[in-house]
Amino acid sequence: MSTEPTIFEKSRSGRVGVQMPACDVPVVDMDSLLPGVALRTGLPLPELSEGDVMRHFLRISQKNYCVDKGFYPLGSCTMKYNPKINDVAVQMPGFARVHPFQPEETVQGTLQILFDMQNWLSAILGMDAVSLQPAAGAHGELLGLMLIRAYHVSRGDAHRNLVLVPTAAHGTNPASAARCGYKTVPITTDDRGLTCIDDLKRQIAACGDNLAGMMLTNPNTVGLFEEDICLICELVHAAGGQMYCDGANMNALVGTARPGDMGFDVMHVNLHKTFSVPHGGGGPGSGPVGIKAHLAPFLPVPVVVKDDAGVYRLNYDLPQTIGKVGPYYGAYLAVVRAWAYIAHFGKQNIHMISEDAVLNANYLRVALGRTLDIAYDRICMHEAVFSLKNLKAETGIKALEVAKRIIDYGYHPPTMYFPLIVPECLMIEPTETESLETIDAFIVAMEKIIAECHTDPETVKSAPHTAPVGRIDEATAARNLDLSWPLEA
Amino acid sequence: MSYLPNTDAERAKMLAAIGVNNIKDLFVHIPQEVQDAADFSSLTDSLDDMTLQRKLISMSSNAADLNSNACFLGAGIYDHYIPPVVGAVCNRSEFYTAYTPYQPEVSQGVLQSIYEFQSLITRLTGMDVSNASMYDGATALAEAVIMSCDLTKRRTVVLPANLHPSLRSVVETYLEPLGISIRTAAQNPVTGLTEIDTLTEDDACIVLQQPNFHGVIEDLGAAVAAAKLVGAQTVVSVDPMSLGILETPGALGVDIVVGEGQGLGCFPAFGGPLLGLFACKKEYIRRIPGRIVGGSVDTSGRRAYTMTLRTREQDIRRDTATSNICTNQALFALAATVYLSVMGTQGFKQASTLCLQKSHYLAARLADAGLPQRFSGPFFKEFVITCPAPVVDINKALLEKKMIGGLPLPDAPNDMLVCVTEQRTKEELDSFVDVLASFVKGEVA
Repeated sequence: MSTEPTIFEKSRSGRVGVQMPACDVPVVDMDSLLPGVALRTGLPLPELSEGDVMRHFLRISQKNYCVDKGFYPLGSCTMKYNPKINDVAVQMPGFARVHPFQPEETVQGTLQILFDMQNWLSAILGMDAVSLQPAAGAHGELLGLMLIRAYHVSRGDAHRNLVLVPTAAHGTNPASAARCGYKTVPITTDDRGLTCIDDLKRQIAACGDNLAGMMLTNPNTVGLFEEDICLICELVHAAGGQMYCDGANMNALVGTARPGDMGFDVMHVNLHKTFSVPHGGGGPGSGPVGIKAHLAPFLPVPVVVKDDAGVYRLNYDLPQTIGKVGPYYGAYLAVVRAWAYIAHFGKQNIHMISEDAVLNANYLRVALGRTLDIAYDRICMHEAVFSLKNLKAETGIKALEVAKRIIDYGYHPPTMYFPLIVPECLMIEPTETESLETIDAFIVAMEKIIAECHTDPETVKSAPHTAPVGRIDEATAARNLDLSWPLEA
Repeated sequence: MSYLPNTDAERAKMLAAIGVNNIKDLFVHIPQEVQDAADFSSLTDSLDDMTLQRKLISMSSNAADLNSNACFLGAGIYDHYIPPVVGAVCNRSEFYTAYTPYQPEVSQGVLQSIYEFQSLITRLTGMDVSNASMYDGATALAEAVIMSCDLTKRRTVVLPANLHPSLRSVVETYLEPLGISIRTAAQNPVTGLTEIDTLTEDDACIVLQQPNFHGVIEDLGAAVAAAKLVGAQTVVSVDPMSLGILETPGALGVDIVVGEGQGLGCFPAFGGPLLGLFACKKEYIRRIPGRIVGGSVDTSGRRAYTMTLRTREQDIRRDTATSNICTNQALFALAATVYLSVMGTQGFKQASTLCLQKSHYLAARLADAGLPQRFSGPFFKEFVITCPAPVVDINKALLEKKMIGGLPLPDAPNDMLVCVTEQRTKEELDSFVDVLASFVKGEVA
C-alpha cells in the first residue's frame, strides 16, 4: 500500500474546506475590541478542499484493521461487535446535542439514561450504587481507590496505605495505586494460575494495620476464575482491608455471577469492553464504578436521582463526597450505547453474553491446545492463554513473530507478552460475537503458522508481508524523536 | 439474539468438543452460592430492535436539544459548528471499531491521525510537543499540575479564583491523596483578571484559565514573568477556539498548555466523552502522561508511525509510571484533526472572529438595554452580565422563545455567564436582548 503524505504536505495556500457565513452583525475593529491583548500573527493550519480532506482520511483509514472487518482476538480487550443501533442512538439530538448545564427540566430523557444505567449496572455487578463519572478503566480504578481511601480516613485509619496487587495484574493497577498515594505489595500466582493463598496470608500479616485493600482482577489476567475468591475477601476484610475488583474481564460474568456477591466492595467495569462501546482506536472509553453501601457517602458528585414527583435530578448534596474525577457526568454517549446494549438483551437474555463468551473461549482452548501449550490447562473463562516457550526453544521463533505472521492470514494478532508471568505469552479472547466457523478458520491458520515455524521459519520471522507497512523500527522512533510535522521554513 | 451467531446445534457441538455436557459445567469454578445469589430481575425486559429504537427516540425527544433551541450556554462546553466531513470520517468502521495501535503494522490509520493531531495541537498552541490526548480538559489540568510538581520538586500549586468550578474540583480531588497543597490567586473584582503578584519559591506552578471562567482574557505574559522570578512554571488551560485570534501560549513562554478540545468537532453530548489537550516544552517530554506517537520507518524504509517513549507508561513502568492513564480519546482526537484540517487557516480564523464579533455585539446591545457587564477586562466569546432577576427565571422565559440561556453563577444567582459562538445569528442575538430587556423594564413579574 502506498504511503499517504501527511495532511500538511497536501495543503495548498488559499484552499478552503468550509464555507463560513459572512458576519451578520456590524464588524468592529479588532484592536478596539481587544485593546492591549497580544494577538497571533500566523495560523499554520492545513488548507485543503473538503473533498481532499475526506480522501486523505479515507485513505489512511484503510490502513487500519478493525472489528467490522474481521476477527480481533485481543485478550483482555474484549473486541466484540459494536451494534449499529447504538451508532444511531448517539446521533440523536436529545443525547448528542444537549449541554451539561441545561436546567434539569429540559433534559429529562437525557437524565433517564443515566438513572437507568446507575441502577442496571448496580444489578449486573451486584453493587448498591454506581458512579458513571470515570472516563476509562484506569480512571475508574483511581476513583475506586480514592473511595477506599476516603472510607479509611473517615474511620480514623488514614495510616492504611498498602494495597495488595498480584504480579500478573494490569499495569494500571499499581499505577492507579501510586496516584492515590498508595504503595503496592505484590502477590504471587500459584501453579493453578490463581492467587497464591499462602503468599496472600503472609503479605496480609506483613502489612499489619497498614493494609488499605487488595486489587484483584476476576476472572484474573490468565483468564481463570479465582475460585478462592470468597476466602480471599474474608482474609482481606478480616485485616481491615477493602476489596477492589478490576472488572476488565467482566464479560465472562455478565448475567451469570456478580462480583458484589463474591465479597468485593468496589469495582470498575469497562463499557468499551463488556458493554459493546466501540474502542475508537484507543478511546474514548468509559469506566463506571460500582460500590457497596458503606462507600456511598464518598461518591463523586453529582449522582442522578428521581424525586417523589418522578423528576430526574442531579444531586450534589453529598457532604462526604471525594469531589469530582471528571468535569461533568462521565462519557455520556458511551453510557447511551451501553444502555441500548443492555436493553437489547434484557433480564431474559443477558446471561447469554457470558455463556457464549466462555463457550467460545473454551472451544478455542481445547482446539488450539492440540497445537500450542496451554499456560494453565483447566477450564478457562472468556479467554485462553498459551505459552510459546517450547516453540521458541525448538525453532527460535518468538511469540511476537507468530503474532506478526497472524496478520498475513487476515486476523488481528492476539495480546502478546501479557500477563508477564507467562513466558512467550499469547492471550486469545474470541468474545461471544464470533461464529464457530470464524474460530475454526482461525485455528486452522494458527496450525499452519506453527507448521511454518518448522518448515519455513524465515517467512514467519520476517512477517508481516501483506500489511500496509512492514515491521517498524521502534528504536529509531524513540531515539530520533519525530512527534510532529515541521513547520515550513 | 442478533449479536450472537451461535445456534443451539453449534453450542451442543462445541460443548461436546470441549468434553462437557452443559454450559454450566464451564462455570464450575464460580462458587455455587455466588451463582445462586445473582439476581437480574430489576433489569429491563429484552427489547426487540424496533421497540428499542422507538424507546431511544422517545427519550431523546424528551429534551430541549440545541438543534431546536439557540444556545447561549457555554462554561466549558460549546455549541460550535461541526462540518459534516468530521462525522463522515469518524463514523468509518476502520477508525471507530479499531483498538489502541499496539500492532502498528495494522494500525497506521490511527497512528498517522494521532501524529497529525499532535502536529496540529503544537501549531495551535505554539508549544513544542503534544501527547495523543487525555480524557478531558479537567483531568488534563490535574495531570499537568502533578507533572509540574514532579519537575520542580515543589508541593504547592496556585489556582486562580476564577478557574472553572468543575476543573477546580477535579484538580482538588486528584491532588488531595498526593498531599499537594493548593493556594488561590485572587481575582480583581473590577477587571475580572487574576492577581498574580503573590507567588513564592514554594510554588510549583501558577495555573491560569484562558479565557478564564468569567470569559476574561488573562495576561499570560505577565504570569510567565512572575512565575520565572520564583522558578515556578506557568500552566494554562486554554479554550482552543480562542487561538484563532489570541497569541499562542508558547510564544508567551508558557510551560504546559492543556485544554478542553470538545469545541474542535465534538458534540456537546451532555458533557462527554470529551477531548483533553496536553502540550508542553520539549524538555519535559519524558515526564508527559499518556500516549505519544512518533514517525519512523519500516523494514523497507517506508515512512511509518508507532507509539513511542513507551517506557513512561503504566503497562511497562507500573507504579513508577508518569500517570495511570491507558485509554485516551483517539476517536475524538481524530475528530479534532479532521475539524482543524477542513476548517483550515481561513475557516478556523473566521469561526474565532465570528465568536468575537458576535459576542461583543450582544454585550453592547445588552449594555444599551440596561444590562451591564460585571467585569471590564477584555473577553473573547463569554461575558458576565448582572440581571434584574434570578437567572433561572430569565432562562425559563428564554426557553419559551426557543433559547437556552446562560449559566447562573454559583456565587451570584442574578449574574449570567453568556456565551456566543459563531453559530448564533443576529436574529437570535436580538431576540435574546428583547427577552432580557423585558425583565429590565419590569414587564415580567
